[in-house]
Amino acid sequence: MKPNDPGITWLEEKPLGLAERLYLPLFVQGLTTTSRHLVSKKNTVNFPEERPAIGNPLIYRGVHRLNRDEEGRVKCVACFLCATACPAHCIDIVATESPWEDREKYPESFQIDELRCIFCGMCEEACPVDAIELTSLLDLTGKSREEMIFDKEKLLSVYDMTKDAEPMKSAELGGTL
Amino acid sequence: MPTVIVDGQEIEIGADERLNCIEAARRAGVEIPHYCWHPGLSVVASCRMCLIQAGSRNAETGEVSMIPKLVPGCQTPVKDGTVIVTDSDLVRDSRARVEEALLIDHPIDCPICDKAGECLLQDYHFEHGQSERRADIHAFTSRRRDVGPTVTLFVDRCIMCTRCVRFTREVSGTAELMVSARGAKEEIDTFPGFPLENKLAGNVVDLCPVGALGDKDFLYQQRVWFLKKSANVCGGCSAGCSIVTEHNQDTVYRLKPRENPHVNKWWICDEGRYGWHHLHDPSRLVEAGRREADGFTAIEWADVVTQLRDDLKAAGRLAVAVSPQLTVEEAWMLCAVARSIDPEAFLAVGHVPTIGDDESFPGGFTIRGEKVPNRIGVETVLGLFGAVAEDGTVPGWNELLEQAQKDDVKAAWVTAGYPTPDGSWCDEQTAAAFDGLDCLVVQDLFDSPLSARAHWRLPAAGFAERAGTWVNCGHHAQSFEQAIRPPAGVWPEGRLFWNMLGRQGLYDPSGVRQQIAENSAAFAALAGDLPATGVDLRLQQLAPN
Repeated sequence: MKPNDPGITWLEEKPLGLAERLYLPLFVQGLTTTSRHLVSKKNTVNFPEERPAIGNPLIYRGVHRLNRDEEGRVKCVACFLCATACPAHCIDIVATESPWEDREKYPESFQIDELRCIFCGMCEEACPVDAIELTSLLDLTGKSREEMIFDKEKLLSVYDMTKDAEPMKSAELGGTL
Repeated sequence: MPTVIVDGQEIEIGADERLNCIEAARRAGVEIPHYCWHPGLSVVASCRMCLIQAGSRNAETGEVSMIPKLVPGCQTPVKDGTVIVTDSDLVRDSRARVEEALLIDHPIDCPICDKAGECLLQDYHFEHGQSERRADIHAFTSRRRDVGPTVTLFVDRCIMCTRCVRFTREVSGTAELMVSARGAKEEIDTFPGFPLENKLAGNVVDLCPVGALGDKDFLYQQRVWFLKKSANVCGGCSAGCSIVTEHNQDTVYRLKPRENPHVNKWWICDEGRYGWHHLHDPSRLVEAGRREADGFTAIEWADVVTQLRDDLKAAGRLAVAVSPQLTVEEAWMLCAVARSIDPEAFLAVGHVPTIGDDESFPGGFTIRGEKVPNRIGVETVLGLFGAVAEDGTVPGWNELLEQAQKDDVKAAWVTAGYPTPDGSWCDEQTAAAFDGLDCLVVQDLFDSPLSARAHWRLPAAGFAERAGTWVNCGHHAQSFEQAIRPPAGVWPEGRLFWNMLGRQGLYDPSGVRQQIAENSAAFAALAGDLPATGVDLRLQQLAPN
């Protein structure tokens, strides 16, 4: 589109009125906004001493966890659907035959690169057995990149840590089990 | 020409062709879903998925009369005037019912089923099934039973199409599989004490339209939707079966047969199917090395290109073993390189390992005893370079060994690339024939007694890592693409020869193939783009140009 295109409507800036040219009314207007925020309720918290309010923890998308079944085994069946759905390619699974009678396949290794993850929650959506879930843990820190690649044990320990505060997703929240 | 009407569309078929409704409809671009029918097996018409409406058109009056009930498309031959209807409500409803019935007893464990993604039950249910299910969903784990050393059966996933049973009876001729019990309790099983153990057993896994038969070698290794497919040719024997190499991130996960009516039809043998593990063997040679006082010193490929030529030239008379693992293009370039170094160079076909005799199966499949893919191709190339003995035969490995022991031969270049990780293709005694040479170049996948004597030890590429043309035992030439990249540090042979010939840019196998085809009558058939199923070199020579 060129500048002389008939489809373009050119707008002229309005000339300044008297109040604007006087400058004082606008000055007062700006100062009023500043003073209002000085006295209003503050949203900032002193993190990490204070925790921010995050709404419903059941639908918050924080650090992942791998759920356990009733017998304490990893619930994941290594179907790779989370790895397939993941837009950041941060999930790496090695599947193998399970050592248990009632289960056929399980993840020998399950790694999530938390630095690569964009916390979109697609893995949770894709999981057919509700094994992978995002918790409300939001302060994710580590001293090295290697430390931020969470393996199966680490992800299971996140479950142990959060299972009481955040029960597994129920049917009302879209869970299948 | 007989005319068949498929959903109102008239198509012509050959006068002598014997087609069923599925094949005729496919010509019209209409896919009739089917489970139990397979072009390579007998017809049982038991799955009922291909039920369609059929009838005939009276040639004189043009009046169409339909059979009053649905007929199985696989069992209904077409003739002139046959009318096939596949898109009526009746047919659609029937397909939805069949799908519903099949899924009542199906475990629906798709997340852990290896077939998911290439499963006909999934595909057909998506396309023809109904979105609602009237029976309860009760996901459960399928019972599993080993039916043989390489194949496992997930009993409850089976839809009883009996393709596997018919395969073992009609193609492998071993009849290990059977249907036990009847009705709703039908199951695939083996006779007690007779496991599924034949050289074609792996094909039943490919035949299985659902995830009931699993390949233990591939089980849970990779989800199929991650796999990339490359059209390749099997290098296991001189039959040269068309295969698909399925790989991801430069790792091969499995080989599957590729339909080729001229060579292997729909099958491959287990030897070929599992014959890719050597590609990822940790003991593979991955570094070009030149002998110094204390063993091999790594050398850059760019230096190999120049220094190898100098070394061979300095040594004197050269003898070259052109490996039958090389493609026609590579063999041609190697001969050209050798003759440019020494115009009198002795050229011979490399070692041709042979194990037993050819083994044929009732279904027409043959496993060849000659365990290399391209002996005839290499022999023909050597013929182009005049490397033919007085009696008209092309010199082979034994003649090369004789030459190597002669005093005037000072250098030898042995291309090998045999898939034997223990290097057993060449024993100490044979390798000793190369003692006393000034320069011995060995190009191989693995260390062997021969490479221990080499002055230059160069890594070779595996079958999936090269592109080119192989000529099988029946003079049938097939071109194939490179599936995966070789391990870091390995140049496929073609790339080395290309650079040693002083050619610019990337190695271009099809360009070399065109050049060979233009310059020789024997390879004239290789000109232009080859069909995926290959060409017969002899037939093309007879055809007038």
